[in-house]
Amino acid sequence: MSEALAAYDPAVDAPAHHHPVYDYDSGPPVERGKFAIWLFLATEIMFFSGLIGAYIVLRSAAKSWPDPQERLAVDITAFNTFLLITSSWTMVKAVFAAKAGERGKLLAWLAATIAIGASFVSIQVYEYIQLIHEGAIPKIDIFWSTFYAMTGFHGTHVVVGVIWLSCVWFKALGGGYTVRNNLGVELAGLYWHFVDLVWVLLFTIVYLF
Amino acid sequence: MSSLKHFLLRAVITLLFLAVPILGVWTFVKAEEWGLWFPPTYSTYGPSIDFLFDVIMWMVAVTFVGTELLLVWFFFRYSKKDATRATYTHGNHTLEMVWTAIPALLLIFVAFSQMKAWSTVKINFPEDGPYTVAKPLMEIYASQFDWRVRYPDAQGNFEGADVIEVPYDITVPADTKVVLRLKSRDVLHSFFVPVFRLKQDAVPGMEIPVWFEATRPGDYDLICAELCGWGHYKMAGKIHVLPKDEFASWLAKQRENLYAKD
Amino acid sequence: MSTHAHAPAHEAKPLGIDPPGTTHVSHEHHEFGFLRKYIFSTDHKVIGLQFLFTGLVMLLLGGLMAMAIRWQLAYPWTEMPVLGRLLFPATGGVTTPEGYTMLFTMHGTLMIFFVVIPLLTGTFGNYLIPLMLGAPDMAFPRLNMLGYWFWWPGIFCILLSFGAEGGGPAAGWTAYPPLSTIESAAPGSNWGQNWMLISLTFVGVSSMMGAVNYVTTIVKMRAPGMTFFRMPLSIWSLLVAALLQLFALPVLTAATFMQLFDRLFDAGFFTPTGVIINNVSPEAIGQAAGGHPLLWQHLFWFYAHPAVYILVVPSMGFVSDILAVHGRKPIFGYKPMVYSICGIAGLGFIVWGHHMFMSGMNPSVGLVFMTATIMIALPSAVKVFNWLGTLWGARIQVTTPMLFAVSFVAMFIIGGLSGIWMASTPVDIYIHDTYIIVAHFHYVVFAGSMMAIFAAIYHWFPKMFGRAMNETLGKIHFVGTFIALNGVFYMMHQLGLAGLMRRTADPYAYETYAHLQPMNQFISWCAFALLGWQIFFVLNFFGSMVWGKRVGRNPWNACSLEWEAPSPPGHGNFDKPLAVYHGPYEYGVPDAPKDFVPQTQKAVGFQVHA
Ligand code: HEA
Ligand code: HEA
Ligand code: CUA
Ligand SMILES: [Cu+2]
Repeated sequence: MSEALAAYDPAVDAPAHHHPVYDYDSGPPVERGKFAIWLFLATEIMFFSGLIGAYIVLRSAAKSWPDPQERLAVDITAFNTFLLITSSWTMVKAVFAAKAGERGKLLAWLAATIAIGASFVSIQVYEYIQLIHEGAIPKIDIFWSTFYAMTGFHGTHVVVGVIWLSCVWFKALGGGYTVRNNLGVELAGLYWHFVDLVWVLLFTIVYLF
Repeated sequence: MSSLKHFLLRAVITLLFLAVPILGVWTFVKAEEWGLWFPPTYSTYGPSIDFLFDVIMWMVAVTFVGTELLLVWFFFRYSKKDATRATYTHGNHTLEMVWTAIPALLLIFVAFSQMKAWSTVKINFPEDGPYTVAKPLMEIYASQFDWRVRYPDAQGNFEGADVIEVPYDITVPADTKVVLRLKSRDVLHSFFVPVFRLKQDAVPGMEIPVWFEATRPGDYDLICAELCGWGHYKMAGKIHVLPKDEFASWLAKQRENLYAKD
Repeated sequence: MSTHAHAPAHEAKPLGIDPPGTTHVSHEHHEFGFLRKYIFSTDHKVIGLQFLFTGLVMLLLGGLMAMAIRWQLAYPWTEMPVLGRLLFPATGGVTTPEGYTMLFTMHGTLMIFFVVIPLLTGTFGNYLIPLMLGAPDMAFPRLNMLGYWFWWPGIFCILLSFGAEGGGPAAGWTAYPPLSTIESAAPGSNWGQNWMLISLTFVGVSSMMGAVNYVTTIVKMRAPGMTFFRMPLSIWSLLVAALLQLFALPVLTAATFMQLFDRLFDAGFFTPTGVIINNVSPEAIGQAAGGHPLLWQHLFWFYAHPAVYILVVPSMGFVSDILAVHGRKPIFGYKPMVYSICGIAGLGFIVWGHHMFMSGMNPSVGLVFMTATIMIALPSAVKVFNWLGTLWGARIQVTTPMLFAVSFVAMFIIGGLSGIWMASTPVDIYIHDTYIIVAHFHYVVFAGSMMAIFAAIYHWFPKMFGRAMNETLGKIHFVGTFIALNGVFYMMHQLGLAGLMRRTADPYAYETYAHLQPMNQFISWCAFALLGWQIFFVLNFFGSMVWGKRVGRNPWNACSLEWEAPSPPGHGNFDKPLAVYHGPYEYGVPDAPKDFVPQTQKAVGFQVHA
C-alpha cells in the first residue's frame, strides 16, 4: 500500500549527469513540419470560412446588392487570377526540381513563382488605388466593406507567401536544399497552393456572382 | 498519520461534501419563503414555462442528489485505511450501456417536451385575434435608455400625425392576445416582463413580433435584459394591464387628447 | 547533432505493438546563460512555468475585479475600500455606472483568455505533453517560445485598454455590436474596445501556435509503445482542446478583424441601416451600414461555445488522472472516457445558438440548437458516472490534489445540470441573462476548472520544483475555498430565479429587487473571504518552492511517464530510454509486487490490462 508521498532516495531519484536526449518518432509517416503545416492550413480554412460565411450571410440578408461587374474591373482581375493559377504550376515545378536536386531549376522556378506572386499583388494594389481614387472605400457601403476585408486579407496572405518564397529562394541559393532535404520548399509550396485556391474561390463569389 | 486524525479528516471532508446536496436542496425548498423564487405569472403561457422548469428541476434534483450522495459515500467508504488493494477493474460494458441509454432516453424526452411551449411563445403567433403580426396592437421602440410605445392610427399605420406615442408606460388589454412589434433605435436591448415569462431582444434593423395574453389586470415591471450601455441597469418600463373595456376607453381617450392638442 | 541510432534497449519489445518509429538519440549539451535559460527559453518546462506564473498574476487581477463587482452589488455607489481609490480615483473610490460595465467586461475577458485557458493549455499543456509522452520537448520548441511571447502584447494591450480615453471596453466579454462598434454608444467603445480586440488577436495567435505544437507533438513524438489508447486522459483532453482551438479560434480572429474594420475603417459589417445612436446616425457621419448585429453573435459563439469546452475538457483530463493516482485504482471505462471527450468537443461545434435563443434568431433554428445542446449532457453523464465508477472500490488517499479533484466532480455536476434549464428554450426565455446564468458558468469555470487547476498544481508541483507542497496548508486552503465558493455561487441560482438580471450596476434601482440586497451582501462577503483565503495558497505555493519536502521522481507512486524523469526534469527530460508496455492506469494490480505498475514496467508474473 502506498503512502501519500514516497520518500526521496538520492540513489534512485537524482538525475543522471550527462545523459543523451531521447527523441522518438511515432504516428503516420509524415514529417513533423508537414503535419504542422496541414494543421496550420486547417486553421486558415476556418479563418477564410469565417470571412466568406459572413459575406454570404450579409449578401443574402441585404435588400439589394450591387452588381459586382459594374463596380469592379473583372477583366483585369480575371487576368490576375490566371496569373496566380500559373504560379501554382511554377511552384509545382519548383518542388519537382528540389526533389530532383536540380538547384538551378529550383532557383528559376521559384523566381518565376515569386515574380508572378509579386505581379499579382502589384495589380491588386493598382486596382485598390484606382478604386480609392474613385472614392470606393470601406465606409461607403457594405459591398466595399466586405470587398476590402476579403481581398485585403487574401492579399496579405500573398505578400506573406512572396516573402516566405523569397526566404526559400535565398536558402536555395546557398545550397540549403538537397535531394533528401527539401521539406522547406514543399511546405512553402503547400501554403502557396492554398493561397491560390482561396483566391479562385474569392474571385468567383466576389467578382463573378 | 494516526488513525484518529485520519478518521477526523475523512469525517470533516465527508460532511463538507455532504453539505452540498443537503444545503442545496434546502435552499431551493426555502427559496420561495425568502422571496428568492419566481414571481407569480400572469400570462397564458407562463404556467407552461414554469411547469417545464419544474419538470427539469425534478429530473435534475434527482440526478444531483443521487450523484452527490454516491460521491460522498464512495469518498467516505473508500478513504478508509485499508491493507488491501483497490478493486482491479477497467470498467464494465453493460453498466456503460445502461448509464448511456437511460439518460439518452430521458434527454430525448426532455428535448421533445420543450417544443410545444416554445412554438407557442415564439413561432405560432395568434392569427384569430384582433391583433396579428401584420396588424399589431403597437410598436415598441427601445433606445438608450427608454422604451417608447406607438399605437397606430385608425388605418393601422405607425407613421403620421395620428400615431399615439407614449414613453415608458405600456398599456395593454387583459385577456386579449396582444401582438406587438419590437424595434430598437440604437443598440441591442431586451424586452423582459418577468410576470409574463417573456423575453425578446430588440435588434436594430429588425422588426421582431412578440405576443402575450395577460390574465390579470395590474402594473408590472418591464426590464431591459440585454446590456445596452451605462444606463442599462435602470432602463425600466411599466406595463399596465387594463380590463378589456377599460383599455378600449383608455385608447379612445388617448385619441381624443391627441386631437385636442391640434 | 542528430544521429540515426538503432533503438537502444530494444531487446525488450513493448507488448503488442511494435515501436511505431525509430529512436533518435542526440547528444546535446548546451550551457545557456540566464536569459536563454529562464526568460527566452525554448524548454517546454520553463515555458509552462512562465505561463503558470503569469496566469496566476492575471488570476489575481481578475479576482480583484470580481471583488470590485461584488462590492458594488452589495453596497452600490459607496466608496470601495482599498480597491476603489485605485480603480476610480476620479470619483473618490466610488464605481460609476460605466465603470461597472468596464469591470465585468474586463473580469470576464481576463478570466477566460488570460487565466483559465492559458493555465490549462499553456501551463499544463506545455509541461505535461512531452513528459507524459516520453518526448524530450515539443515538436517545435522555438514556436513554443514564440507562443508565450505573443501572449505578452496581448496582456499589454488588454491592460492598456483600461487606461484608454473613455475607459476600458464596456460591452461585455461578448462585445456585442453595435454597442461595441459605434463610438457614440458607450464611453468604452472608444480605443478601449480597439485595444481589447487587438489583444484578443495576439492571444489567438499565441493559442494557435500552442495548438499546432501540441497536436504535432502528440501525434508524432510518442515514446515506443505509447499508442493512442495508452495515453493518459490528460493528454487526450489536451489533444481535443487543441483541436477545438485550431478549428474554432480562427473564426473569432476573423470576427475580431471584422469588428476592427468596423471601428477603424468605418466598415459596416455589424451596423444595420437606419440606427440612430445617441443622436448620431452612423451613416450621416460617413460610416457604412447594411450589416447585421446578429452576424457577430453567430461568429462569436461559434468560437466561444467551443471555447467554454476548452475551459473544461483539459480539467476533466487532469481530474481523471488525479482520481486514478490518488484513488490507487484504474480509471473506470478508459475508452468511454476518451470517446466522451471527443463527443463533447464534436457536439460543442453545433450548439453555439443556445446563447442566442432570445436574440431574434429564427426560433425554429433554436429548436435544433436546443436538441443538440441537451444531447451534450450525454457524454458528460458518461464522464460523471465513470468518475464515480473510479471512486467505487478505490483506496482513496486523502491528499490535497485528491480533494480538489473530487470537488471538481461534485461542482461540475451542479454547473452542468443547471445547463439543462438554459438549454431548454422555453425555460431560457425566463432565465436568459439572469443570475442563474452567472451561477451556471461560475460553477463550471471557477468551481470546476479553477478547482481542477488547483488540483493539478498540487499534483504536479513536485515534478515542477522537486519539492512537494505542504499538505496541511493545502487542506486548509481546500476547505476554506470549497465553503466560500459555494457561498458565493450557489445562491446566485435563486437570485436569478427571482428575476435578477446580470450586468446591472445597481439592481436595487428596481423596487422589485430591493429585497435581494441582503443576499447579495452575503454573497459578497463570501467572495471577500474567498479572496482572503487564497493567502494559504500563495504562502504554500511560494514557501514550498524553498522549504517544501524534497521528493524523488515518483512521489505519488504513479504510472504515467512524467514520473520516470527526475524531479524537476533536466534538459531533454529523460535520462534513460523509454518503452511503454501498457496503459497508464495500472493501479491495484493483483499479484504485482507493488500496487502500481508503471507504464515502462513489463508485466512479468502477473496480468495487466492491455
Ligand atoms: C467551462 C465552461 C462551461 C461548460 C462546461 C458549460 C456546459 C454547459 N452549458 Fe454553459 N455557459 C458557459 C460555460 C460553460 N457551460 C458560459 C461562460 C456561459 C455564459 C456566457 C455569457 O453569456 O457570458 C454559458 C451559458 C450557457 C447557455 C446560455 C444561457 C443564456 O445565456 O441564456 C446555455 C444554454 O443552453 C448553456 C448550456 C450548457 C450545457 C447544456 C452544458 C453541458 O455541457 C453540461 C453537461 C453536464 C451535465 C448535464 C452534468 C453531468 C451529467 C450528469 C450528472 C448526468 C445526468 C444528467 C442528466 C440526465 C440531465 N450554457
Ligand atoms: C474563468 C472564468 C471566471 C472566473 C474564475 C470567475 C471568478 C469570479 N467571478 Fe466571474 N465572470 C466571468 C468569468 C469568471 N469569473 C465571466 C465570463 C463573466 C461575464 C462577464 C460579462 O458579463 O461580460 C463573469 C461575471 C461575473 C459576475 C457578474 C457581473 C454582472 O453580470 O454584473 C460576478 C458577480 O458576482 C462575478 C463574480 C466572480 C467572483 C466572485 C469570482 C471569484 O471566484 C474570483 C476568485 C478569485 C480570486 C479571489 C483570486 C485569487 C488569487 C489567486 C489564487 C492568485 C494567487 C497569486 C499568485 C500565486 C501570484 N463574475
Ligand atoms: Cu436597454 Cu439594456
Ligand atoms: Cu455555450
